[in-house]
Amino acid sequence: MAGLEECEANLVVYLHPSKANCPSDAILSELSSLLFTYNETFGGVVLAYDPSIRSNLAKIVPGTFPCFGVQLKAKLLLFNPKPDMVLEGEVVKLTPNSIHAVVLGFSSAVIADDDIRDEFKHKVKGGEEVYVSRTHRKHKIKVGAILRFTVKSFDEEILHISGSLLAPHTGGARWLDKNTDEWSRVDSTATKRDTDKLLINVDTSMKNGEQIEKPKKRRREQS
Amino acid sequence: MGLSNMDELSFTDSELDNHVRNALKDAIQGDCDFYNQLVAVIHRKEALVTEEVALLVTCLKAMTGAVSCVHIVHHRSLLAAILSMSLWDYGTDVMDALVELLISLASSNGDYVDLCLEMLVMNFMPPPAHSARGLSRKIQVLDRVHSTLEDISNLVPLTPLRLQKIVRDKMPHIYMKEHVIMIYAENILRLESGVMGELVGSTGLVALMDKLIEFDVEISWEDIVQDDFHKDMFDIELEDLENPVDDIVQDGDELTRDALIQRFLSSNLSAQKLDSLMVLIFEYLKSCSEGGRLVQVFETLLQSFQKTTLTAYKSKFAQFIMFYACSLDPDNCGKMFANALIDIYVSGLNPVWRMSAVAYLASYLARAKFIPISFVAAMLERMVSCCFLYCENQDDNINPKAHKLFYAGCQAIMYVLCFRLKQLLVIPRLKSQLLLMRIDDVLKHHLSPLQVCLLSIVEEFLRLVKENGIFSLPETLVEHGLLESERSRIFGGIERLDMFFPFDPCLLRKCDSYIRPNYVYWSMVRSTYYEDEEAEGTSDEDVAEGDNGMNIPDGRSHGEGDSDGDEIDSSLDKMSITPRDSSHKFGGRMRRFTQMPSKIRPSTSPESL
Repeated sequence: MAGLEECEANLVVYLHPSKANCPSDAILSELSSLLFTYNETFGGVVLAYDPSIRSNLAKIVPGTFPCFGVQLKAKLLLFNPKPDMVLEGEVVKLTPNSIHAVVLGFSSAVIADDDIRDEFKHKVKGGEEVYVSRTHRKHKIKVGAILRFTVKSFDEEILHISGSLLAPHTGGARWLDKNTDEWSRVDSTATKRDTDKLLINVDTSMKNGEQIEKPKKRRREQS
Repeated sequence: MGLSNMDELSFTDSELDNHVRNALKDAIQGDCDFYNQLVAVIHRKEALVTEEVALLVTCLKAMTGAVSCVHIVHHRSLLAAILSMSLWDYGTDVMDALVELLISLASSNGDYVDLCLEMLVMNFMPPPAHSARGLSRKIQVLDRVHSTLEDISNLVPLTPLRLQKIVRDKMPHIYMKEHVIMIYAENILRLESGVMGELVGSTGLVALMDKLIEFDVEISWEDIVQDDFHKDMFDIELEDLENPVDDIVQDGDELTRDALIQRFLSSNLSAQKLDSLMVLIFEYLKSCSEGGRLVQVFETLLQSFQKTTLTAYKSKFAQFIMFYACSLDPDNCGKMFANALIDIYVSGLNPVWRMSAVAYLASYLARAKFIPISFVAAMLERMVSCCFLYCENQDDNINPKAHKLFYAGCQAIMYVLCFRLKQLLVIPRLKSQLLLMRIDDVLKHHLSPLQVCLLSIVEEFLRLVKENGIFSLPETLVEHGLLESERSRIFGGIERLDMFFPFDPCLLRKCDSYIRPNYVYWSMVRSTYYEDEEAEGTSDEDVAEGDNGMNIPDGRSHGEGDSDGDEIDSSLDKMSITPRDSSHKFGGRMRRFTQMPSKIRPSTSPESL
């Protein structure tokens, strides 16, 4: 899934002298204080850590009370969703105006009705709320299903994602996986602007370092 | 669109949705007409008629659908109006609409999560102007508040993390009205037993325990305890004739004694609030025990105890939470508590806390009726071996300052034995365990604990030892008759930990009724000794029978009323004769142990003999 990355960090953990007889516990508890908070240095939310302490020697740092600094290398699993990334989450609530999902069990995502493409219509079937696609009857979004959406923005403090279902490759994950040909081809009924937008997105993601202006111009000329 | 239009409710729901959305969007642009009307509708709360209620509900529902248009800066006044609404002021229709709006707001944008949670936590308590409207309103509000908190946490999984901090921060301070504090505490306990219990509950419980200590510290015994009381307190074991609840026999003495204490405590607001709060927690612990989750809750309580109660200066009442919890589950919690205390004594870091821990342990082992005697023996053994190991390699002679921990340990051992000796001797296995413990070696060591520890305890202990013919210790001390020696004062330190008996009878009336069935009173123990001594004459030491937890109403002699003082003095006179005679005076009730004496003296005061 996009947004997850593994990194290796060289860290120094400063411990209070009272922890000298159990440093590994103290290090683990220090590292666990990093969990589920956005960290600017690492550039993401720390989800998991795997430390490996390199040596038994630690440098004593002078100060009000002498802390000792333990050097270690840690593998960290980071979560950093950026705009336009595609994420998946479990749907927890549907309302006529929004879809709420939870990503990786800890991050809440909301898709407001402005960001849900017109293709989806909100219905209440048998007491249950569901979003059904007008073009493909089998494409449904229900509570408990896995939703695939693009990221609009990410609130780093509360780890809240604002998402969008405007792109055709978003929606109910299961249906999308089974019917890749249905949505991956350019839809002739879609508006010209939508098409341009889609193609530009695809181009920019594939081309690294090339100027982005060029593909735009080329498309406009062709169409 | 004027106000009249809104009142006429001429829109359908979806039309109103659109209007509200447009109002919000227009307000960002600067056109605030409809927006201001919306704010005005939200602000209305006094005596709403049906149409106004319907309008409010519809507006709230419309806003629920339009939360994506709400902007935290441009719609400040609207948000402020919504978040200052109190569920207590409205009927269930408005409540339901409001909580839906809160859920929608919280899940739509991270900025609103904390604000919504804070509003819900503030709704734990009724607003100041709210007149008590009875239980039904309370149930309606609180049920909704808690289910909303759960709903929000389903949508925003990190809610418990934020809620922890908010619950702690919003806790009312101790000077607020009792009913406010109580209702907040009830809500904390409800969170603890709810789905978020694991995450939010333990923080809430710890915050409650901290609040108990805050109250405890507020109640000072200076009002009731005078400095020179101990001069009059010799030889007094006031058999409190406080009747059990069902006993209707009245005695003038009891009323005055009881009245004295109650007068102090009832005039002290903090004491009342503390009493009610502790009873609330007791009831909660009982329900946890019935639900089978007492052990988890107890672990949180134990951690909190070690952090705040143990380290507080001579906590007076808060520790009874632990006592009650242990009484509900003696095998697990009861033993866990004792083991934690002895571990702190044996291998803790801070000497003052170690002394405090052993004082707690001694008082606990002496007073807890529910602890099996074999466990008491095991704990004693650990204490003795710890002291033995300490003094084995000591060349020093008597030195109260340098060997505080040792003297504290010895005193603890003697105190426990004063209460439990009889029970230990009755069982042959435990008797031999006791005799093998090397208590003589410890107490006869040249560090002279018998000369340093609190005299009243030492004398009582020696008397018992002589009566039962165990150990080989000196019969009496040289300095007989003194209340305390300089030496015990030295080893006790500034904190006077030599006179700290934390589980001396609880003086809060409501709490006491919970503690009483599981509590060992000194008179219960002493009377067992007297049974055997029927034939013996009175001894000099009978007068000095009082134990440190003894029931000496300090305030009595310097009591609040002269008449009280007189009555007390006369009853004191009666008590200053031998127990046998006094049992005559009291109709032999002591012998029949139909009354449960209660101790009145706060344990912070010097004990009498």
